[in-house]
Amino acid sequence: MSRASMSTSTAANSIVTSGGGTGTSRKQAWSPRTESTLRIVAPIALGLIVLGVWQLLVTVGGVSDYLLPSPTSIVGELVEFWPSVVSATMLTGTNALLGLLVGSLIGIVFAAIAARWRIADQMSAPIVAALAVVPIVALAPVLNSMFGADSQFGRQAIAAIASFVPIFINTLRGFRQTQPVHRDLMKAYAANSGQMLRSLTLPTARPFILTGIRIASSLAVISALVAEYFGGPRGGLGSLIATSAASSAYARAWAYVGASIALGLLFYLATLALERLVLRRVPTGGSR
Amino acid sequence: MSDHIPNSAIQNNQRDTLASVDAAAVEVRGLDKHFETASGIVNALEGITLTVAADEFVSLIGPSGCGKSTLMRLIADLDTPSAGELTVFGKTATQARLDQDYGIAFQQAGLLPWRTVAANVALPLELHGVASAARRTRVADLLHMVGLTEFADRYPDQLSGGMQQRVAIARSLAEQPRLLLMDEPFGALDEMTREKMQTDLVRIAADTGAAVVFVTHSIPEAVFLSDRVVVMSPRPGQISDIVPMRLGAAAGREDRTDDLREDGAFFEMVTEVREALHGGAADQLGLEARSARGVDSR
Repeated sequence: MSRASMSTSTAANSIVTSGGGTGTSRKQAWSPRTESTLRIVAPIALGLIVLGVWQLLVTVGGVSDYLLPSPTSIVGELVEFWPSVVSATMLTGTNALLGLLVGSLIGIVFAAIAARWRIADQMSAPIVAALAVVPIVALAPVLNSMFGADSQFGRQAIAAIASFVPIFINTLRGFRQTQPVHRDLMKAYAANSGQMLRSLTLPTARPFILTGIRIASSLAVISALVAEYFGGPRGGLGSLIATSAASSAYARAWAYVGASIALGLLFYLATLALERLVLRRVPTGGSR
Repeated sequence: MSDHIPNSAIQNNQRDTLASVDAAAVEVRGLDKHFETASGIVNALEGITLTVAADEFVSLIGPSGCGKSTLMRLIADLDTPSAGELTVFGKTATQARLDQDYGIAFQQAGLLPWRTVAANVALPLELHGVASAARRTRVADLLHMVGLTEFADRYPDQLSGGMQQRVAIARSLAEQPRLLLMDEPFGALDEMTREKMQTDLVRIAADTGAAVVFVTHSIPEAVFLSDRVVVMSPRPGQISDIVPMRLGAAAGREDRTDDLREDGAFFEMVTEVREALHGGAADQLGLEARSARGVDSR
């Protein structure tokens, strides 16, 4: 997102530069500080404009508040049901987080096994392919009834299954990136397989694992949320969206949708920050 | 790949040198190596017999495909021979590898990009359980030796190719090996850096008294560094000649300075190796090579 906006502003700069000719050096480029401020301000401004147009459509334009609730009524619902929004977000967030953690762990361990033994790779390939296409809607009712109507386990399991696939695939790919010269070196040092894993294979795979986790983080939130539509205990964001919509409280449903978006963003940004933090010192080739 | 050797075993064996003090660094007898490829069996090496004495500097030189790197990989136990005998300090190549009897450097520096210069040099020490205080002292000494003390905290991608290669050489010396195996370590460097590194290597080899097996395709490099130059020819990879270096006053390693590069004896040896190289190649390839080369220097 930020990259896109950056390239847009760069393009804008070059247009100013090429069109300006001589004597416009003052306008040639924004200072880096202005540019970074703009990068934050511009999307916020756009968001506010969209909200404003939306509000106008509903209040002045005559679109029924029943069909499309206005931003103010959604915010009103958000404020009124704040404790419920917070607890629902916590519940769904916890399910997604547990699923993501377990899915990551299993994904990394299985990828390590598949990378180590070719036979394990061949055996697991069809299973992973099957898991990748498992529809959450198909699994959710089954797991919900399997583990009882008051258990969150089914939802966590679904989030874990959804997280597992991208992490497994990326990690396995990362494990296969070790360079021959590094493998020769470790063999020359008579490193055992544990040392090989710790000193070479895992660090080489690290960027791939983190990318897998980042992709899986959004999937974990989406699956934990969608799984709530198919029975099980109430109280999560998914079930509250469903009940609000069913009782025609559309503004409240929208408020919970807003909270879901915020939760998904939080997961994505947290894993992105983790990736940045861990890879801060790993060369990206040429840029440093 | 799956060598489950407890660290303690490595350490117990590491300096267990008394029994094999008299053994040559490398002893090769009737060594063959075949590779199976899609288009049939390739004879990479055939009937190689060679002895490298402890504290001797031997270069392997020859055209591409003569098997010089393969021979070095066999000594390092990175590949296994198809036939013949190979001992390193009187032990099998595998045992010598497990005992960490050699240090190794490749054409690529092969540094781990996520480790600092110091941590890269410390890698073998870390793997073999050297205590962290001793490790720090040793790494500091090694970086001083290759002149990179002020770069200890940098990452490999912040260094030039020559500096990376010096880090790799420091790493290969980390455990004071009695044998150094080097596969064209200066191959990718510019001529100036290369000469400096050669001078450094001669000095380091003199300081440590280690035997060196050095793979190269540069004749002056081989002459400058070596006690003996082993000339190899391709298809199948064979030793066509072994040329002892007679460099007069500069025969001792500590006497090999940049002055040697302009010495008459140096040029004589370059010529001798060159003729051995070309003559050997012509003998192996027969008429085909002779006609291709036209009137050879012989």
